Amino acid sequence: MTPDIQWLYLLPLLVTFGAGVVGILVESFVRHHENRRGIQIALTVAAILGALASVVGLWITLGSDSSVSIDGSTIALDSHSLLWQGLIALFALMSIGVFTARTSGEDAFVPLAASTPGSSDEALASRRGMLQTEVYPLMLFAVGGMMMFTMVQDIFALFVVLEVFSLPLYLLVGLARRRRLLSQEAALKYFLTGAFASAVYLFGAALVFGFAGASSYQAIASALASGAPSQELVVLGSALMLVGLLFKLGAAPFHAWTPDAYQGAPTAVTGFMAAATKAAAVAALVRLVYLAFAPEQEALGIVFPLDTVVWSLVAFAVVSMVVGTVMALAQDDIKRILAYSSIAHAGFLLVAVSSFTQEALQALPFYMAVYGIATVGAFAVVSLVRHRDEDGAWGAEASALEHWAGLGRRSPFIAGAMTLFLFSFAGIPLTAGFVGKFLAFRAALTDPSNWWLVAIAVVMSAAAAFFYARVVVAMFFRETPAGSVTGITAGRTVRVVIAIAAVLTILLGVFPSGALSLAETGAELFFL
Amino acid sequence: MFPFLTALILLPAVGALALMVLPRTWRARSRHFALAFAVAEFVLAAVMVSQFDATRAGTHQFAEVYPWIPQIGTSWALGIDGIALLMIVLAVTLTPLAMLAAWKEDADPSRQMRYFALILVLQAFMVGIFAARDVFLFYVLFEAMLVPLYFLIGTFGGARRRQAAVSFLLYGLAGGLIMLVAVIALYFYGGGGPEAFLTANLVGLDIPVVPERLMFIGFFIAFAIKAPMVPLHTWLPDVAEQARPGTTALLVAVLDKVGTFGMLTLAIALFPNAAAWAAPVIIPLAVVSVIYGALAAIGQTHMMRLVAFTSVSHFGIMVLGIFVFTQTAVEGAAFYMFNHGLSTGALFLLVGFLVSRRGSALISDFGGLQKVTPVFAGLFLIVGLSALALPGLSPFVSEIMVLVGGFEVARVAVIVATAGVVLAAVYVLWAYQRVFHGATNPELDGTPDLSLRERLVVAPLIGVMLVLGFVPASAIDLVREPAATVVSYVAERER
Repeated sequence: MTPDIQWLYLLPLLVTFGAGVVGILVESFVRHHENRRGIQIALTVAAILGALASVVGLWITLGSDSSVSIDGSTIALDSHSLLWQGLIALFALMSIGVFTARTSGEDAFVPLAASTPGSSDEALASRRGMLQTEVYPLMLFAVGGMMMFTMVQDIFALFVVLEVFSLPLYLLVGLARRRRLLSQEAALKYFLTGAFASAVYLFGAALVFGFAGASSYQAIASALASGAPSQELVVLGSALMLVGLLFKLGAAPFHAWTPDAYQGAPTAVTGFMAAATKAAAVAALVRLVYLAFAPEQEALGIVFPLDTVVWSLVAFAVVSMVVGTVMALAQDDIKRILAYSSIAHAGFLLVAVSSFTQEALQALPFYMAVYGIATVGAFAVVSLVRHRDEDGAWGAEASALEHWAGLGRRSPFIAGAMTLFLFSFAGIPLTAGFVGKFLAFRAALTDPSNWWLVAIAVVMSAAAAFFYARVVVAMFFRETPAGSVTGITAGRTVRVVIAIAAVLTILLGVFPSGALSLAETGAELFFL
Repeated sequence: MFPFLTALILLPAVGALALMVLPRTWRARSRHFALAFAVAEFVLAAVMVSQFDATRAGTHQFAEVYPWIPQIGTSWALGIDGIALLMIVLAVTLTPLAMLAAWKEDADPSRQMRYFALILVLQAFMVGIFAARDVFLFYVLFEAMLVPLYFLIGTFGGARRRQAAVSFLLYGLAGGLIMLVAVIALYFYGGGGPEAFLTANLVGLDIPVVPERLMFIGFFIAFAIKAPMVPLHTWLPDVAEQARPGTTALLVAVLDKVGTFGMLTLAIALFPNAAAWAAPVIIPLAVVSVIYGALAAIGQTHMMRLVAFTSVSHFGIMVLGIFVFTQTAVEGAAFYMFNHGLSTGALFLLVGFLVSRRGSALISDFGGLQKVTPVFAGLFLIVGLSALALPGLSPFVSEIMVLVGGFEVARVAVIVATAGVVLAAVYVLWAYQRVFHGATNPELDGTPDLSLRERLVVAPLIGVMLVLGFVPASAIDLVREPAATVVSYVAERER
């Protein structure tokens, strides 16, 4: 039986995937490099704007409190998924500004991905000014997959969609123009560990299927509620499924790929990946644990496996916050500092998730929005700071902290924006990060017996301020060392992205009301 | 009615922005623009003071309430009682003086612009934090003001300014985040709704014993870091040593008062039972601060550190006065908050003038200055005497009120604290003697006396201390009713 599919509600996905397919064709048939690049960029921007517009359109037509099942039980469109889809599209749109940046006529991606690093082929490709633009369709596939990830309500469909957006990401990580070996190593590590995590997820899903006899979230929840036998299957299965999702979220102890992948990937990709992947993972995680394993859905009182889900979320939250913060203290490279900080932020997000409250559903999109905006902005800044040689030609990025000394003197606005993003990560009031932290902690404190969890989060926030402050100290309180070889490239589109991110970080910090009411609408759904 | 308080917050903020967008060629004039804004702020505040109804000093006047983030329950709520009025007067008076004191510190116009812009930003926070009548708003300003200070300390100062700035930031953030947990918890005990965080809506809640105590501790730790109390004072001497004298003067004289101000208007008002429960621990801690600060001051060789430790001692007196909960003592503590600002602010700025002449703040580098710079010596002596609470200067009045008011309730504590007042005579007079008397250090020959600008900085502060030393009644009238309110919170508690 073919399911009756509501195509209209898939509009954001159709636009994105469709443009991705067209992009592949463009890549094959348009010969001229510059024309092809122009077409790809225009197509990608148009596709993401189209997706964003259709998300907004659907939000308005659907209203706030309706949920549409698109094909029966596998995927559903509701205000929760629309909200997260909008976020992912926003991050993607901002990231494109960093993707398209060119320094001395070269973009950040390898001219011929198939060439061996250091080979004569590579040198030839570079000399001839070859240009591959497959990053754009790859990015569109990833974006489409992530958007779909927020809608899934079926444990097997979740696996498929997980792979849909993961595979393009693995490729994107390996496409850096400079330091290619590092980039390829990062891609390989990310791919291997990612494949392993997916396999673990799949094993868990099979166990849960064995318990419930069905794969939809609804069926799992009702099997739990009716006290079906073989509960140990769902205890183990749910834990293994969490591993797969927490890997994508970058939560400890499944974080080992994060620093390497963040450092090795082209910085534009890092920013996009850090923001959008995390958003997709949180959205899917929330849907899974709140709909399939959540206590509120139960009619028969306490159910054993749910406790294990709650407690493992709490445990992973604590481990992530501690590992991310402590490890970040020891880093001397900006990209690695931001990578470990993202692990700590995964922990803060899990603090909110583990509370199983409506407040959490409101806090999470807001937190993710402010974190993602600041992340895209921060990596955009990183992509501008470069080495230059004696002739003044731009080289690779200078992401070691020592190279950032005195940046504030030379470029007060870029350094000021970076400071703003770092303060937002640290959760200092009047930046958006503070409101996010406030909401997350409030969600956790809804149950006052959670005070110890919030206390740990608070201690870690305070400790985290130390390494954010180190970057600020380097930029503003140190003199530029004599004979410094770093500088800030022009990158006009990147500067626009940084400016937008900075403005949004202040606006969401000072006047968050509008965004909060959106998040509130999205949160009502699960707890009606 | 004209929204004085919002205007007082916006004016310096606008001034700071204007300075930053000033064309490069005008940068050399940025200090003039900044001073103009600070003077305008002073005038505006003076107009507000003239309209303040001193007969109703206990009620919050010039009140403004606008919804800010209704989902969180916070409002842009401002209003000042007598104590807050005094603190704002202190802030708007000291800011232009601190600017004058830093008039010639920077040769580089961009650096000068940054310094003065940051001072203006700081002023906006100073006014806002004393005017906030919403716990969330207070918290936001309390934490956010760390940022301009962090840059002021880290960018402008001595060789180890970076460490001082980072330790200041981390201390402040840690205290603030502990308070944040208490602030969120308070939300759940309050009535909720779009105005949940209005201070007025949170006073007199019925909170179970243990949570109330935990929340009180959360607030108190944050405030005890600000009003540097032993053992949470360790950031202050480093900051005072490394930061510019003008920065330190504003920090210690005005911003650290947020600590004692918060104890009075929030910690006690919101959690009176817990405050009474904790007082037997806080009072000894305050006395330890008084004695430890005084002894440490005697032992210092660096004058900025010396003054910093005297402040630890003086803040101990204020906290003692607050937590004995008698009308006279609380009045005295509130009045002392104002007087200490005048006295210590002047002391820091004068030491700054010494440092700018000698290039060193070590006492051993000085000696016999009195013969070379008689006016400097005389003014320094007067300000020093105000710090040791000499009768005739206003700090004396407030200190005696604390000690007398506390005597009935906490006899031992007051007697020990009085010893601290005696020690004050030692650290002030001994330092004065080593710097200004004895054989003139040959390297100090030809040191210029205080210039007109420098005299202008100190004279107003000494003038106010003299006037209030002889006729303190007008100022005490302002703090009487607010102090009575604080005392009544504790007196009327249920347990």
